[in-house]
Amino acid sequence: MQPSPNTGMRGRGKFIVGGVLILAAVIYLIISSTRANAEYFMTVDELQAKGTSLVGQNVRISGAVAGSTIQFNASTNDLSFEIANVPGDNATITAQGGLAKVLHEAVVDPTRKRLMIVYNGPKPDLLRDEAQAIVTGHLGEDGVFHADELLLKCPTKYQEAVPSQASGN
Amino acid sequence: MLAEFGFGMLLMAFFTGLFSIGAAVYGHFTKSIRWVESGRRALQLTFPLVSLAALSLIYELVTGHFELQYVYSVTSRAMPTYLKITALWGGQAGSLIFWSWLLSAFATAVTLRKWDRDREFLPWVVVVTAVTLSFFLSLSIFFENPFARWWQTLNGGLVMRMFAPAGGILFTPPDGQGLNELLRHPGMIFHPPMLYSGFVAFVIPYAFAMAALITGRVDDRWIRLTRRWALVAWLFLSVGLVLGMWWAYDVLGWGGYWGWDSSEVAALLPWLVATPFLHTIIIQEKRQMFKQLNMILIILTYVMVIVGTFLIRSGLLSSVHAFAQSTIGYQFIVFIIIMLLASIGLLIYRWKDLQSATPLTSTSLLSKEALFLLAALLFGGVFIVCFWGIFFPIISEVVTAQKITVGPEWYKQAVGPLFGTILLLMGIAPLSSWTYGTLKTIGRSGWKPAIPAFFVPLILFIVNVRNVFALIGFTLVAYVASVTVFEFWRGSAARSHSQHENIGRALWNLVARNRRRYGGYIIHIAMVMMALAIIGVEMFQTTTQQSLATGQSIQLSGYTIRYDALAQFPYNDGRMVTRAVVSVLKDGKNLGELYPRYDYYPDGQPMTIPAVRSTLAGDLYVVLVNWENNSVSQTPFKVYHNPLVIWLWIGSFVLIFGTLVAAWPEREPETAWESMKIMPVFSK
Repeated sequence: MQPSPNTGMRGRGKFIVGGVLILAAVIYLIISSTRANAEYFMTVDELQAKGTSLVGQNVRISGAVAGSTIQFNASTNDLSFEIANVPGDNATITAQGGLAKVLHEAVVDPTRKRLMIVYNGPKPDLLRDEAQAIVTGHLGEDGVFHADELLLKCPTKYQEAVPSQASGN
Repeated sequence: MLAEFGFGMLLMAFFTGLFSIGAAVYGHFTKSIRWVESGRRALQLTFPLVSLAALSLIYELVTGHFELQYVYSVTSRAMPTYLKITALWGGQAGSLIFWSWLLSAFATAVTLRKWDRDREFLPWVVVVTAVTLSFFLSLSIFFENPFARWWQTLNGGLVMRMFAPAGGILFTPPDGQGLNELLRHPGMIFHPPMLYSGFVAFVIPYAFAMAALITGRVDDRWIRLTRRWALVAWLFLSVGLVLGMWWAYDVLGWGGYWGWDSSEVAALLPWLVATPFLHTIIIQEKRQMFKQLNMILIILTYVMVIVGTFLIRSGLLSSVHAFAQSTIGYQFIVFIIIMLLASIGLLIYRWKDLQSATPLTSTSLLSKEALFLLAALLFGGVFIVCFWGIFFPIISEVVTAQKITVGPEWYKQAVGPLFGTILLLMGIAPLSSWTYGTLKTIGRSGWKPAIPAFFVPLILFIVNVRNVFALIGFTLVAYVASVTVFEFWRGSAARSHSQHENIGRALWNLVARNRRRYGGYIIHIAMVMMALAIIGVEMFQTTTQQSLATGQSIQLSGYTIRYDALAQFPYNDGRMVTRAVVSVLKDGKNLGELYPRYDYYPDGQPMTIPAVRSTLAGDLYVVLVNWENNSVSQTPFKVYHNPLVIWLWIGSFVLIFGTLVAAWPEREPETAWESMKIMPVFSK
């Protein structure tokens, strides 16, 4: 962008101002939206370690669904279940033998910290024992997590699981 | 045997690819046409080789060779043949083969053309496509081999290898795991190949852009050669995105089509840079401007194509695309960094040669050039938001050890105003003229089409729409639609007058002779339709959830949904189907029955299939919520009213039509004199 002789700095200036304005708008949008809508992503352990300081904050939390704790009342659509702590990052999960194994161990291990989730809405198809739940909502003062959104993943379907017919050999 | 054959073909394709890189480079530096030609032929040879590998894999999938780990993981005996074929892209290893297959096909197609005028580009187009192809083939060969098999070893373990380990015997599981039932939907069958075709086709324009940078022939020749590739790639990408939305809407049963899931955003990233690219290359062709910007955009598009493939496949993201545990993350990152650094290096090297013939500063702020630049910047803004949305959680975790995520609300609030402004520009830029434009010149050509848009908020206000954003949105939609239709009318009226043609004939000729421009306007109409749907669903979706006994009903948005009956029966593929019959009534009139379903598969996968009644005004979307443990006297239903959502699907057909018009080869181009006669002139 060379300033042309007939318009000079004034011509160049208006484009620079325009560009800076757009950039400022984008940054403003990102910051304001982050203030209003960003959520902490935590594990069950981390959430419980922070305790009541997070009450009311938007939090997204991941854990392993304990199938025996799932309760669903179809007439009121009240759903509750417990999730057990699983590590938050993929590297740790991989190091511990993969997501399916980590989820399984989290559910069968009685010493793992658990968190009670309550949700009002349809019971998701994928909500099953040892599914990975990614839950968005906030922690109530009673220590129960009030979910606004449930995202569930069932790793067994996608993973390089060893054929079960052979694993018993 | 076929597994070894397929793997052998992959190896041969890989070495052929490497050879073509070497031959093309050597041929270039020794000025040996024969070596360049050899590189080109070698690249073309990869297509039959990869085809044989892919066909071997398809054969193994269809015939149920479960000793192949990939076949085991994505197919099962019960699956119909067509699903076994499409399982080629149902998992990671297969979809990488599919990627390579598409790229070898596209590379062959582009190198088959006559190169007489563009011989200097040839070696570098060969090199760039062959480097990309070789990278993907190397992933298949060394890390994600679809032909790897199960071996039973002497110590009782089961290992996955290409070739037999010492003392190992081949193990064939009796049946495979099968494709997740949720993915057995036409939208999901065609969504990956469409998206991938779009991704891969963008490699071609990028290869030409790099060839232009390397050779220093940085005029608009590379753009003219690849404009159609870019358009078709964009079409595939757009259709792939829409198919993904359709699948989500039709299968997942949560009443929406786009959840700002990180994988969705990852697939959107290339689209967000390719779309302004398609616009700013017009300016380069017409005005020799924005050469630097176009290079930046095509480099970004290519990098985002690879980043998108990487993000969807790497398991880096927590998302519904749960392909966790990838082994190929680092390879992708290294490849992306190498290609990015090489591209940026070349760009800096040629930066001065890429300066505009016409300085931007000689144009006014409301000229076509400046408005196109503004649109590109706004798309860049949306791109930055989306990119930030994906990577901010990862960055924040590294920096603060506290992972922060962003959801749909974050995206909507951040990109909403930007998309709104882009929409506004779609209503201004067509009215502006080259080089010089002020509010006055645009007002002079734009006041007529603005009139209908002026009534829209008034009427909406009278019918009690009070949402400010919706009022703004609908007004913009009406304005852009009006301006675009007006452009067609203005052009054909002028043509009808000057060429003495009747108005229908004039319209036909106008579009036929300016396909690119009017094809683009048709795409604008498509975008307006989609915007209409998005505003409708985002602002006016209503939903309710109730448990009913037969005979009871739910009221929603003026509709009455009456629960009539329920049946439960096994289907021949083993699933247990629970099917409700509900009647839809409005103002006492029975509008028909809907059949929401709940299917339970033998492997424990349940699937909720919504029943949808679509009209131009809105969809009634009825979900039979989780049936386990429920009774006939207490059946939970969730009902959504999604206003205007059908325009998303109608818009996508219009988009396909518009892109085909724009990409259709031109007949004899109209001479400059002719087009000057018929184009109305508004600039001073």
